[in-house]
Amino acid sequence: MRTFNVYVTIENKPGISDPEGDTILNDLVLKGTHKTVTKIKTAKMLKFTIKEKDKKTAKSIVQEICDELRIYNSMVSIISIDVFDI
Amino acid sequence: MNVGVVVFPGSNCDRDMYHVLTDVFNFNAQYYWHEKPLPKNIDAVILPGGFSYGDRLRAGVIAAHSPIIKDVKKLAEKGIPILGVCNGFQILVESGLLPGVLLKNDSLNFMCEWINLIVENNKTPFTNQFKLHEEIPIPIANGEGKYYVDDETLKQLKKKNQIVFRYSKVVNGSSNRIAGVCNEDGNVVGMMPHPERAVESEINPVDNKPSSLIFESLLVKIGVRN
Repeated sequence: MRTFNVYVTIENKPGISDPEGDTILNDLVLKGTHKTVTKIKTAKMLKFTIKEKDKKTAKSIVQEICDELRIYNSMVSIISIDVFDI
Repeated sequence: MNVGVVVFPGSNCDRDMYHVLTDVFNFNAQYYWHEKPLPKNIDAVILPGGFSYGDRLRAGVIAAHSPIIKDVKKLAEKGIPILGVCNGFQILVESGLLPGVLLKNDSLNFMCEWINLIVENNKTPFTNQFKLHEEIPIPIANGEGKYYVDDETLKQLKKKNQIVFRYSKVVNGSSNRIAGVCNEDGNVVGMMPHPERAVESEINPVDNKPSSLIFESLLVKIGVRN
């Protein structure tokens, strides 16, 4: 068994408003010198540390956990899962 | 007329609700800790407001996995009236008993103010004593009170008469200004505003009678009053 860090990023689906991201963009970043930024989205990140035989299994198990326990609400959110060796 | 008030770690409106049920409306109310079962012969169940599990991960989602929710679901299937207020509404949504989701208010602020509700469905166990479109002055107190449904779900809610309360004006960005909904059978109702803080004239600066009708409706539903 190997140990992996699995990062789950939960963000709003396109079309769901993200007033926090909009505020950071419009009232912080664009008021500075960085005018090339066009979009900022906020997200929640969960880091799972898990022991599994390989990366694929680790990702699959974490996806299963997220779906079963409603770690994200699929009506308004999407997740992306990234797996890293420790 | 046994009414259960479910208590989760972090509930903080349970005592207000218990007080109103027992001292104002003479229900026989009892607290039920979230790890304990609910009796089968209960007449109604109320999930009060608060911050169950500190709103961690998402308001209501962890409480929605509590053992008692299995019993709440069974009772809901039998047609027993279930009311979720504020965090209770969030828990009902996260448990799948009600459609939609509650997001952070557009202002990103915790909002604590008096607003007006409009009754859109007067057929539920908690609204049967209202006239349709009657207004209710009532307080809100939440940070994640923006009710959201996608367009298709909104169409279905309208078609099946599941929108119970709407705000009289834009308050927090909720879809269609929705403040409360019910399930398809109408016996499970969730609402963000706090009726338990509005039924006594001492603490209601406008009119306590409309909010009282929420509890009067339940008395009529379970046959205590005509």
